[in-house]
Amino acid sequence: METKLQKAYAMKNKEDLKFKSSEGLNEELVRKISKDKNEPEWMLKKRLDALRTFNEKPMPDWGPSLEGLNLSKIYYYMRPNAKNNARSWDEVPKDIKETFEKLGIPKAERKVLGGVGAQYESEVIYHNLKKDLEEKGVIFSDCDNGLKEHEEIFKKYFMTTCISPNLHKFAALHCAVWSGGTFIYVPKNVKVEIPLQAYFRMNSKKGGQFEHTLIIADEGSEIHYIEGCSAPQYTESSLHAGCVEIHVLKGARVRYSSIENWSKNTYNLNTKRAVVEEDGIIEWVNGNLGSHTTMLYPCSVLKGKNSKSDYIGIAYAGKGQYQDTGCKVYHLKEKTSSTVLSKGISVNGGVSSYRGLIKINPGAINSKSSVRCDGLMLDNKSKAMTFPSMDVHENQVEVSHEAAIGKVGEEDLFYLMSRGLPESEAIKLIVSGFIEPIIKALPLEYAVELNKLIELEIENSVC
Amino acid sequence: MTKILEIKNLHVEVKGKEILKGINLTLDLGKINALMGPNGSGKSTLVNTVMGHPKYVVTKGKILFNGKDITKLSPDKRAKLGIFLSFQHPREISGVSVSKFLKTSEKELNPKFSFSEFKKNLKEKREILEISENMTERYLNVGFSGGEKKKNEILQMLILNPKLIILDETDSGLDIDSLKIIAKGVGEIMNKEKCILIITHYKRILEYIKPDKVFIMIKGKIVLEGGNKLAEELEKKGYGWIEKE
Repeated sequence: METKLQKAYAMKNKEDLKFKSSEGLNEELVRKISKDKNEPEWMLKKRLDALRTFNEKPMPDWGPSLEGLNLSKIYYYMRPNAKNNARSWDEVPKDIKETFEKLGIPKAERKVLGGVGAQYESEVIYHNLKKDLEEKGVIFSDCDNGLKEHEEIFKKYFMTTCISPNLHKFAALHCAVWSGGTFIYVPKNVKVEIPLQAYFRMNSKKGGQFEHTLIIADEGSEIHYIEGCSAPQYTESSLHAGCVEIHVLKGARVRYSSIENWSKNTYNLNTKRAVVEEDGIIEWVNGNLGSHTTMLYPCSVLKGKNSKSDYIGIAYAGKGQYQDTGCKVYHLKEKTSSTVLSKGISVNGGVSSYRGLIKINPGAINSKSSVRCDGLMLDNKSKAMTFPSMDVHENQVEVSHEAAIGKVGEEDLFYLMSRGLPESEAIKLIVSGFIEPIIKALPLEYAVELNKLIELEIENSVC
Repeated sequence: MTKILEIKNLHVEVKGKEILKGINLTLDLGKINALMGPNGSGKSTLVNTVMGHPKYVVTKGKILFNGKDITKLSPDKRAKLGIFLSFQHPREISGVSVSKFLKTSEKELNPKFSFSEFKKNLKEKREILEISENMTERYLNVGFSGGEKKKNEILQMLILNPKLIILDETDSGLDIDSLKIIAKGVGEIMNKEKCILIITHYKRILEYIKPDKVFIMIKGKIVLEGGNKLAEELEKKGYGWIEKE
């Protein structure tokens, strides 16, 4: 059974592009991207340096296999035939607008959001922020524009101290070909009460999307930012290698939520990292449903004393899917604290694993960390694993870790079925209970959507 | 009298070992029945088989409910026909509140489900069993005391309003006050359109819920059947007396 939302995910628009690169990646293409965007010389140099790093670095030799990903077959840069950063949905081409409408974006914008950005292939085709936020000095744009209008900020923060292009092969790739994404700056002591959202949509086959998200929450400010992503299904693989960089300055608080529902042929190799200064708080809410293979480990660097990181993550791996996700936290200073709550579901041969790291540096006294990661398998074919690492170099700390891997039990199913629930409904109820702690932490609209998505996935694989 | 449940020459295996060795048992509508017997005699196997637990394999014989053969039906279909089992060890389901669970079940069982009716009914039944609203918002059986779990089973029974009610050692581990409340719940539902089967070791619960008929089960067979007096005799003489006969 296909629902409206599933139809929206699967919808393929006719390819209508201003520019489509040829397959694969070379220096010429990197120069072309930079030129198209009218970038300053330093950004071009940064891209070219990163391209060299990308070519030099080996593929990761751990975690899920990336054998099915042919990097020379990907289209790295595709510009839709649409105006950049339209401020009204009426200026967006009809078929693209329809796609976003079916995904529920303009409606959410009217009802619950303070601003919306929408990216289609490599470019952001819509961007709007409520007037009152603009008047408070909040900046919300795509990164291409951000770079033009706030070059100094980009020099200081863009892939420097947070995510370096040298971090790993796909961070380097991202730096070489990045396009679009989100730039947010929240001025000192400004509290943005309603969330801002960006939605990233891939349409063409064998596409690559490399949007960059740069968030700077200045001292004492607050912001909740939400990302959603999807793409229709093709037989050939596509690649998503985004980067999210978040700078949480002194006493600021950032909540970053994302529900990624890429098509099941997408390699999702995403890098997300936050640097948190004194008294700052970063909250990660991470939902991963789609994709063929996901490798994603949001990372918090607790750089200032008394800073805090809270992570909640949920991963769903169905037939042919491998979700390798988890959270990394570096406790660098005293009184830093972190919590991690992760839930993985696997069904129909899917593999879901938690891979995380808690590192406590010498001197980070009175720091605290608690990690809980659970895996639930809905049948015998599927796998759930946990690979938590703890690297503690200080005695005066509190660290705890709990993990539970289980299968939906025959006795639990019998109990629920004896009350009239057919097997599939009983499984759904058990799963909804399993993810309840995460659903509770989500804003209502997303809780409903995520719950519905997971129920649909289960219906398709169990019934 | 109308037969609601007929068990005919039922043989049941668990993991290849025969536990029930030819059970014959008939229950009538409007009656309260007790099934007694020592530990390991197969009482729980029998009631779990009647509910359709997949672990219990019927190798011979059949189970009829209102004349219909249900031997091969899944547990949810049996529930839809009106069979209810109050579990000896109710399962703990994390993240699912009692009220959400009840609502989900009621929706499956009642084609005319209405949320406002459900809410009203839940409140009414809660009050009969002296269950707080707070408890129905807690996760199903998670962190419940033994008594709370059993009361919660009876709450489900009252909400789902089944025809055949099987209480599998609902009395074990209960204090007198809880036992009285449970007896009150059972009294509330019982009428001439229902049938109750109580599984117990002890006579104690039978002082609050008087059975019309008592069955004694030993080593996978029903060995004796009688009226209310049989339970008293059993209490005095123990099971050894029957085994000798």
